[in-house]
Amino acid sequence: MSAPARATALKRTSLYDLHRELGAKLIDFGGWEMPVQYSGILQEHRAVRERVGIFDVSHMGELEFSGTGALAALQWLTPNDVSRLSDGRCHYSAFLTDRGTYVDDLLVYRKAEDSWMLVVNAANIPKDFEWARSRARVNVQVGDASDRYALIAVQGPRAAALVARVAAEDPSDLDYYAFREISILGEPTLVSRTGYTGEDGFEICLASERAEKIFRRLLEEGRSDGAMPCGLGARDTLRLEAKMALYGNDIDDTVTPWEADLGWTVKMKKGEFLGRDALERQKAEGVLRKLVGFEMVDRGIARHGYPARTAYGEGVVTSGTHSPTLGKPIGLALLPAGAAGVGTEFEIDIRGRNAKARVVETPFYKRPKEAR
Amino acid sequence: MNPEDLHYTPSHEWVRIDGDVGAIGITDYAQKELGEIVYLELPEVGHVFNAGDEFGTVESVKAVSELFTPVSGEVVEVNKGAVAEPGIVNDDPFGDGWLIKMKLTTDEEVGKLMTAEQYASYVQQEEKER
Repeated sequence: MSAPARATALKRTSLYDLHRELGAKLIDFGGWEMPVQYSGILQEHRAVRERVGIFDVSHMGELEFSGTGALAALQWLTPNDVSRLSDGRCHYSAFLTDRGTYVDDLLVYRKAEDSWMLVVNAANIPKDFEWARSRARVNVQVGDASDRYALIAVQGPRAAALVARVAAEDPSDLDYYAFREISILGEPTLVSRTGYTGEDGFEICLASERAEKIFRRLLEEGRSDGAMPCGLGARDTLRLEAKMALYGNDIDDTVTPWEADLGWTVKMKKGEFLGRDALERQKAEGVLRKLVGFEMVDRGIARHGYPARTAYGEGVVTSGTHSPTLGKPIGLALLPAGAAGVGTEFEIDIRGRNAKARVVETPFYKRPKEAR
Repeated sequence: MNPEDLHYTPSHEWVRIDGDVGAIGITDYAQKELGEIVYLELPEVGHVFNAGDEFGTVESVKAVSELFTPVSGEVVEVNKGAVAEPGIVNDDPFGDGWLIKMKLTTDEEVGKLMTAEQYASYVQQEEKER
């Protein structure tokens, strides 16, 4: 067996000591020493699909935009239409280069017309902050609040019931992609009905130094629900089953929203924004490649970076894993547009061995509809 | 925890000698480090390897790791049960979770491998360095 990679000087969240205490296996994730698993990825994955899982995602960054020019700045910096957001609503968006490719993908929260928050990927915090600050235009202050905030995700069919029991008020009436301030154990927090797992759930943003108290309480109170602390390993299999893109794997500064099947986040009619011209050109010309979901026909797990060969040319696997829910290997690949149709077969080079794969409908997993 | 009758490699494989046949697997430490194993790629019967050759791969949800033969010889049996249910390697790495059996080319290589005691202190050292 080959040796595992060694850890170097890494950043830690305010929950680091608790992760150690809970017996987490820690890894380097984008420069952060984060729990990849506690009891096991498969068990944690199942806990989220069937019950509830609690994640530390405090490594994610928070950028704050304030001032009378905040709305206009975000309208320019992001492709989604922030004028459609009312107070207490958020949506999925991005920073795009002038080539229309991803600087990062992110969530935009509107607290008030002159107060906004962006949740960005951990590895991109300095880049995003600099990107926003230098392009934000007038009457807006951009701040990096990442170190001040912790972020706890509570995900799964029993998430609403669990959060309702620890919070001062029941958050069950929140719509998807809505948020509000809710007091938990006497601490002010921002609770949003969002997540990265394909399940119902919440993300709780709060002051870093309060995170441990609340994480512990959620675990304790959730014991009767079968709640488990969950690591980034399960987060990755969960998001992949739900076909949610991961920056650095599926999308980066070579990929546009059209190619990534994220065109719904781009509102061309809203007016000028960064990357718009390039996206308009690409829309007119048509995309040359597309991000698709695939399953393996032959045995094997295709992983990030493995070359793909289609009748229309080369492609590449951007994400791949064993799907715990489906019990078989799944993945995402950037393929030539001609090969992107559902049912198309192609080959993946799995460490020198050619293995057949097939383009399939996505998401791989969709949660059962519940009465809410 | 590491059975006394096995011989161990620095890459965390073991071999159990029975006459001129050696059963090969990965150690308990290895399976714990990998996490839940979901996929095994093992060679066909008849394949010939030198000691230290890569003979297959073991994959957890998160990662793929190569497997190396502790000894030289020819593959005479593959654990089909483990290929079908790789979780067995987590559950019983030194028993039902064996991977392949090889007919040894020579009996001189086994002596160069680590004893259970040597392997235990090797793992301790490796953990300390991390």
